[in-house]
Amino acid sequence: MTKDHGGDVRLSGISKTYGSFTAVHPLDLTVPEGSFFALLGASGCGKTTTLRMIAGLEEPSSGTVSLGEQDVTRLPPHKRPVNTVFQSYALFPHLDIFENVAFGLRRRGIRSVKKQVDEMLELVQLGEQARKKPHQLSGGQQQRVALARALINRPKVLLLDEPLGALDLKLRRQMQWELGRIQTEVGITFVHVTHDQEEAMTMADTVAVMNAGRVEQLGSPLDLYENPRTTFVANFLGTSNLIEAEVDSKSGGDIVLKAGDGKLVLPEARCSAPATAGGRVLVGVRPEKISLTHADDAGDVPVGRNRITGKITATSFTGVSTQYAVDSSVCPEFVVYVQNIDRDPRLVPGADAVLHWSPAHTFGLDAAQDIDAGVETVEEEAAV
Amino acid sequence: MATLTEAEAPPPPSPAVPTRRTSRGRGRLVPYWLLLPGVLWLIVFFALPMVYQASTSVQTGSLEEGYKVTWHFATYWNALSEYWPQFLRSVLYAGSATVLCLLLGYPLAYLIAFRAGRWRNLVLILVIAPFFTSFLIRTLAWKTILADGGPVVGALNALHVLDVTGWLGMTAGDRVLATPLAVVCGLTYNFLPFMILPLYTSLERIDGRLHEAAGDLYATPFTTFRKVTFPLSMPGVVSGTLLTFIPASGDYVNADLLGSTETRMAGNVIQTQFLRILDYPTAAALSFLLMAAILIMVTLYIRKSGTEDLV
Repeated sequence: MTKDHGGDVRLSGISKTYGSFTAVHPLDLTVPEGSFFALLGASGCGKTTTLRMIAGLEEPSSGTVSLGEQDVTRLPPHKRPVNTVFQSYALFPHLDIFENVAFGLRRRGIRSVKKQVDEMLELVQLGEQARKKPHQLSGGQQQRVALARALINRPKVLLLDEPLGALDLKLRRQMQWELGRIQTEVGITFVHVTHDQEEAMTMADTVAVMNAGRVEQLGSPLDLYENPRTTFVANFLGTSNLIEAEVDSKSGGDIVLKAGDGKLVLPEARCSAPATAGGRVLVGVRPEKISLTHADDAGDVPVGRNRITGKITATSFTGVSTQYAVDSSVCPEFVVYVQNIDRDPRLVPGADAVLHWSPAHTFGLDAAQDIDAGVETVEEEAAV
Repeated sequence: MATLTEAEAPPPPSPAVPTRRTSRGRGRLVPYWLLLPGVLWLIVFFALPMVYQASTSVQTGSLEEGYKVTWHFATYWNALSEYWPQFLRSVLYAGSATVLCLLLGYPLAYLIAFRAGRWRNLVLILVIAPFFTSFLIRTLAWKTILADGGPVVGALNALHVLDVTGWLGMTAGDRVLATPLAVVCGLTYNFLPFMILPLYTSLERIDGRLHEAAGDLYATPFTTFRKVTFPLSMPGVVSGTLLTFIPASGDYVNADLLGSTETRMAGNVIQTQFLRILDYPTAAALSFLLMAAILIMVTLYIRKSGTEDLV
């Protein structure tokens, strides 16, 4: 496979306004060549608009789009070395699968397309369907045609606009793996827009979390998950337990905090907010990092761990783990995921329990934010 | 008709056991009851007249002695050999008007579908606004528009358009009125909405994202039109041309009001035979011939345009 050194996608100060509404605030973003980049956010956060500005389907109100050294801001879509997989696939209904896939090649004046189209249909496992019309295929197959139609042009950048949104859950998971495999195989830069945080985390090397027209945080999935810097990211990616606490003192790289009548320890390096004695920070911990011990065994909890006491209000068994909701004085609904290895039969709703976790698993956020940012949007999307 | 249908329709079958049998039997008949008004309408206004006309076309006799069915098929042959020039003219004029309608109507339908924005409904109303006045009045108005020495004829003359149309045999000298051009103009004007509306409907149905996808796949705006928009609008093109060509080829009002004896079409001949000469068999035979000619042309056209799987 010949690799075209197209370079990075660079967005500098790019923004989009519609009348008085700002869809995308001035934004700087660099997508490294060959990476699988995801723009993640709830609907209306500006991620699709950003993608369409890269494709040339939307003209930015300010700023520039560059591919490698070339400034493409003013180029119409048909002159950009970029292809898009549309959310609704937008397959040409009057052309068969073969001609749909061959469309881009033919427009560039390539005459013998058969070999390339056959190869591409093989890549997406649709060799048998070449002479069918799009409406004769299932949603998953149409999705693969849309992918083949874009990929065959060997674009410098492939843009994917919620490409898996219309598929059912099982097919979506399967296509996530498939897309990852294809990206590795062809080595083209993928920019993927999605509202599904799991999809973004499984597939992408780098994720940019967008909220209200701005990039909230950018990083590897692991980094975003472990070190969220805003409450939106903490709540939108997975689940976080956030506790409002007061800074008590600092000692040896750790911050000691007062939450309710207990004390919590947070590594200073993991606190993204300025921590001065007497100030407030939000202390966060992911549910799977927490251990749950029945109150009768409270003495067995090792010293040096952060601990909180509370009463179990609900449990739900999900197979791999059991999820507990715990009502404590510092947080009305503390969520804990416990792996189903040795289940303690005493941990039922109504039981008193001690929650404890290693201080190293604690992160700190600026308390001046909405503690529930990003929570509702996740639920809304899940309901769709 | 709607009230009749409602009155005829029995109440929905009730699940109660004692009445089960009757309600089931009546329920099964409901679709046929609902069909009845339409079937009656077809019989009275389509099938019976066709049978009556078919029998008229093979009758012989005279007004004084009365007509009798004698299976005289020679009427067809006589009508065709005598009036074939008018038939040919019908096809030519209607064909030209259809082509002009397509050339004028397509850009307009395209603009309404994709560019009119909030003016869309207003423009659509303007397209059908001429229907608010009578067909006859509108055609008569064209007499004034194309009047000798009028501004239109003057402008066409100054631009030497009349020289070209004269050379093509469409006009004679400095006149437009009473020439084939006038008839074709009248036909084009009168049937234009029948072209625009189906075109608009099929263009409007095209998903705008297909245009984006074509552009994204390196198609210039013109190629996008040629390879995506136009093929997808074919159902509209086919139904628009049919809705224009079929009535235009049977029309006689335009040829009567805007043309001369040299521009008589099949419709004019039929009208004269029926109403002036009172030769009913010939008129009926001519009607059937015209119908057959249109049916054959339309069938070939639909076959050729191959849009069965698009419509």
